[in-house]
Amino acid sequence: MALLEVQGIQKSFGALKALDGAGLRITEGSFHGLIGPNGSGKSTLLKAIAGAHFADAGTVVFNGQDLTRALPYERSRAGMSLKFQITAVLPELSVYDNVLLATQAHQSPFSLARSRSRAQLHDRVMEPLESFRLVGRADDLAGELSHGEQQWLEIAMALALRPKLLMLDEPTGGMSPEERRVTGELLRPIKSWCALLIVEHDLDFIRDLCDRLTVLDHGQVLDEGTVEEIQRSDKVKKVYTTRE
Amino acid sequence: MATRPSSAATARPRLWLPLIEKVALAVAVFLPLVLRGEPQLVTLATNILILALLAVSFDLCWGYSGIMSFGQALFFGVASYAVALIGRDLDFSQLAATLPLAMAIGLALSLLFAFFLLLGRRTPTVIFVALGTLTGAYAAERLVSGWQYVGAGNGLSSVKLMQFGSYEFVEGADFYFLVLALLLLVYLGCRALVRSQFGLVLAGMRQNEERLAFLGYRVQIYKATAFAIAGAIAGLSGALYAYHQGFTGPGNLGPGLSTTAVLYCLFGGTGTLIGPILGTVAIESISYFLSGSQTVKQYWPVLLGVLLLLVVAFRPTGLLGLLVSTRERIGSFGRRAP
Repeated sequence: MALLEVQGIQKSFGALKALDGAGLRITEGSFHGLIGPNGSGKSTLLKAIAGAHFADAGTVVFNGQDLTRALPYERSRAGMSLKFQITAVLPELSVYDNVLLATQAHQSPFSLARSRSRAQLHDRVMEPLESFRLVGRADDLAGELSHGEQQWLEIAMALALRPKLLMLDEPTGGMSPEERRVTGELLRPIKSWCALLIVEHDLDFIRDLCDRLTVLDHGQVLDEGTVEEIQRSDKVKKVYTTRE
Repeated sequence: MATRPSSAATARPRLWLPLIEKVALAVAVFLPLVLRGEPQLVTLATNILILALLAVSFDLCWGYSGIMSFGQALFFGVASYAVALIGRDLDFSQLAATLPLAMAIGLALSLLFAFFLLLGRRTPTVIFVALGTLTGAYAAERLVSGWQYVGAGNGLSSVKLMQFGSYEFVEGADFYFLVLALLLLVYLGCRALVRSQFGLVLAGMRQNEERLAFLGYRVQIYKATAFAIAGAIAGLSGALYAYHQGFTGPGNLGPGLSTTAVLYCLFGGTGTLIGPILGTVAIESISYFLSGSQTVKQYWPVLLGVLLLLVVAFRPTGLLGLLVSTRERIGSFGRRAP
């Protein structure tokens, strides 16, 4: 059974049709890349899946649940986790508190008011901080981190939710080549427990990380397959050579 | 097991807020002794503490939860009318019953507003909530202004004195210390809340509400909870005000007093609990001491407006921002791991 089944998504912004029947299918534990030329609808599709946009038509079924009309917090509780394209860490909170905020997200307001769980959650907070090399910055404000570190912090927050599906929108944007390489290294170990859907312009990064790719163009799926199949696809080559 | 790092940041001293809190408490405790022989100043100080409760209630909304409420006076005013009417019609003013009742009225009314303004499927905008609460306060002021049962435009005077058993609280040191004790309780309760893991959610919500929704928080619930607690505090403040002044009127429900509460907070410094209290002390004291001059009295609202524009433009963190860093203002949340 697919972990995520997205079908026939349509989304327009006024006269602009951003998505025109796009869809994809992700199985548990797979790393899936979403690529395409600028303006092809990649980020819009990711947002429609995460609930930032409601699709005009189409369905989003996740882990057997129809989440098409669910709000972002409902999708998060179902096991989806999104890292935004524009870094959205909480700059006036410490790095530690940013991750704690993610870790405690599914507790009740009453329980949080009593502050009983902070000590218990400590290990769960430190785990992603260690994985993403942020332990030494745990007490610094998130706004004081470099751009690359903020990207890692946001991925760490997204993973602290222990999602079944992690969605990353251009996670290496603005990173140095070395930071990109390290980001790939940091993401690989999650494969054993979490699926990944990633939008990325860096095709080398995507090729090294993903099992399968979906290529979008003009809001529609142009092609779908393994990395090797997409690399051989004439349709994809044509789009990238004429549009990019 | 992973251990907590000890970076330079942990060693940063946090000096100002605890010091300011202790000094403020010491001054407040000894003030009636210093002001012995000046009963009108004790009355002024009591009034300031009562209004400080209103300022704290607004700060819980705006400074901590990002809810721009221009209707805090509504909860204040309705509670003040309620205790005045209970005193008049039922001849009852036992504080052990009327003050909790006033808080319950503030709580219930703010929950009603939260239901319409905050608990929608999608999170509302700041402007929507500001206009909604402003409209509520304005409508309530107009309503009571024309309602004879509640004294219409004249309000309700000769409010029955607040009682504890057979003891009656009149203006003076007893009333002052009662209000101070209640303010201290509210302060400590609010501090426990905003420094808890719940407070961490409020702090995150204030910075990026959308991000929190994607982390799985239903932010409307947190906003409604903070708004309801603030409503209860405003209700308590309104009841004390009616008992202390022996009067309540339409002006205690409307946008005028609501805006004054906003000014107390902005002037003192939002996002700390002591800031709004200091703002109330500063504005009300200056207002009192300058009111001797007819010219100043006439132009005081204009002067106040200009002063606050200057504060907002050049020192958005208010008076407290002169001493307290952003880092200290935000603080930490919950009990740390040993």
